[in-house]
Amino acid sequence: MKVALFIPCYIDQFYPQVGQATLELLTKLGCEVDFPLNQTCCGQPMANSGFAAASKDCDKNFVRNFTGYDYIVGPSGSCVLHVKEHLKDDKHPEETIHIRKHIYELSEFIVDVLKKEITSAVFPHKVGLHNSCHGQRGLGLSSMSERVLPAFSKPEQLLSKVKGIQLVKPVRNDECCGFGGTFSVFEEALSVKMGKDRIKQHEANDVEYITGVDVSCLMHIEGILKRQGSKIKTIHIAEILNTEA
Amino acid sequence: MKDHATLAEAFIQDEARTNWHDETLWFVRQKRDKAAHGLPEWEQLREWASQIKNHTLSHMDSYLEEFERNALANGVQVHWASDAAEHNRIIHDIIKKKGITRIVKSKSMLTEECHLNHYLEEQGVEVVDTDLGERIVQFRHEPPSHIVLPAIHLKKQDVSDTFHEYLHTEKGNNDPTYLTRAARVHLREKFIASELAITGVNFAVAETGGFVVCTNEGNADMGTHAANVHIACMGFEKLIPKASHLSVFLRLLARSATGQPVTTYSSHFHKPKPGQEMHIVIVDNGRSNILGKADFRNALKCIRCAACFNTCPVYRRSGGFSYHTAVAGPIGSILNPNFDPKKYADLPFASSLCGSCSNVCPVKIDIHDQLWKWRQELTKAGHVPLMKKIMMKGMAFVLGRPALYRFSGASARWVLRYMPFMVKFKINPWYKQREMPAPPKQSFREWYIQNKKK
Repeated sequence: MKVALFIPCYIDQFYPQVGQATLELLTKLGCEVDFPLNQTCCGQPMANSGFAAASKDCDKNFVRNFTGYDYIVGPSGSCVLHVKEHLKDDKHPEETIHIRKHIYELSEFIVDVLKKEITSAVFPHKVGLHNSCHGQRGLGLSSMSERVLPAFSKPEQLLSKVKGIQLVKPVRNDECCGFGGTFSVFEEALSVKMGKDRIKQHEANDVEYITGVDVSCLMHIEGILKRQGSKIKTIHIAEILNTEA
Repeated sequence: MKDHATLAEAFIQDEARTNWHDETLWFVRQKRDKAAHGLPEWEQLREWASQIKNHTLSHMDSYLEEFERNALANGVQVHWASDAAEHNRIIHDIIKKKGITRIVKSKSMLTEECHLNHYLEEQGVEVVDTDLGERIVQFRHEPPSHIVLPAIHLKKQDVSDTFHEYLHTEKGNNDPTYLTRAARVHLREKFIASELAITGVNFAVAETGGFVVCTNEGNADMGTHAANVHIACMGFEKLIPKASHLSVFLRLLARSATGQPVTTYSSHFHKPKPGQEMHIVIVDNGRSNILGKADFRNALKCIRCAACFNTCPVYRRSGGFSYHTAVAGPIGSILNPNFDPKKYADLPFASSLCGSCSNVCPVKIDIHDQLWKWRQELTKAGHVPLMKKIMMKGMAFVLGRPALYRFSGASARWVLRYMPFMVKFKINPWYKQREMPAPPKQSFREWYIQNKKK
């Protein structure tokens, strides 16, 4: 199985440890992983700001880099969802469709495609799980409180096998943290207020870490936590799953 | 005019009040959850509601004609209004012809959309809103801040102050029962004296020519029972084909709106009582235009339950007035740009695109997808601030070119590391209340080439 590793631009630049954990984890699980070296950005920041038409170069570059693989896996639900829903390259329609159909967020790839459990991870801490909206409602990584359907959660399923972890849910389990891409700067006041509220709900559970499937939400939450001088740290799910005794 | 971000920022200044607003509406959302989760067939009901509405929108012309035929046969007078001005004129003509001065009106978002009260006031005609929340905001000369809970932005103290001023209740008496009784006495006088009652329409049934008005206070009924003239105003999308379809919609509406199994009063009107005149004004006001747009037409499925308001993390923390329009919230953000794209260009951006609205919606409107599509439309039409345009085009240029991206990324990390004062100042909207991520020495790619590349 030939897997291409998709490391979104801001993870590449600011959170390389998340890329490393993802790569190591996939390798441990038996995947042959390749990192296409000329990848940049999926185009989501521009598209969500109304400039989908302006980010054609990003789309073309994405198709150029990720053609020819069985699967494309990335540690970011939001970027994966964007590619799945909006990737467009009129000159390479078949390749584009293949990518859109075979791109996965890390936790759903492990659960749905590899159908594996990770039993080697050890993380003896109290951890709050943040359900990132695009992963949850967009990719269907877990059930949501709005719908009347059976409850499930792929990230929780994986985290529940981690030794020593104490996973706790905040009230309003699936409320948005307020990141929202460029929403975080164009609606700065609201974005921060939403983030502060989300943090308060995790704080009430006395967590040491907040984890999730999206580095972008975690980056926003981390930024507020640091400004508040909080002891709570953020950590991506791949970093927890990649731990060893 | 101030945009949503500016108005939201002002709202949030009073953090305690913002928290109270957020929690109050979240409480309504939780009541909705309890009611929805109590019905195993909830998702099936949503699907049926969506299909019925889609079908009706696709056959709007014939169902409207069928409705008109049956309503006329029932002795109801039917009027067609292409826009808000015509709607207002039709109502004023009826009032003028009869020489009516005492008018009551129950809740109708359409009349808010058409600014009927304001128009009639200009013609020297006073209308008394009889929904308690609407009456409160009417006293205060404010528009409703929520389509189901019009005065949800106000606390007991605010209502007490308003009633003291207009109804001469005791100053500082914030007891809800006391205040409600005062409102009841005041409104009873208006009901008894009324000559004309205006109502909205929740559902109009093509096969019967009848319509249903839902309230929790019975104020629509009291108004129409006493008055000799009843005018019901409806946007044409209120139509459903059959009376049996009400069994789907009435179950969804109140559960979605407030968590009640059904509205306290779901009143079915078919024909005028002896001696009464009954009018229906069917309004387009831009709806045909929406119907013609494949990407946006299904916003017309809306039954105005406001579940999307109550679930929206943005609405709950920014209040109805931050949307500067009659129908606020997520549904307002996809409806209003149809009417005036320039004026409402900010609204589709007043969302983190979390998608809660689309999933809470009882008629399955793809609200957050439409928000995304509106962003593209509005940008294409040029309704975008210049700075944002420069920023986005610049980002797209850099991110579309791998070598330039790598150079810029490395530069950004270098700046953050060695010249943090270049980014760490308060005009940077990220840095204002958040720290920047700590810049690593190596990008992932650099690490990969050094350590893993075969």
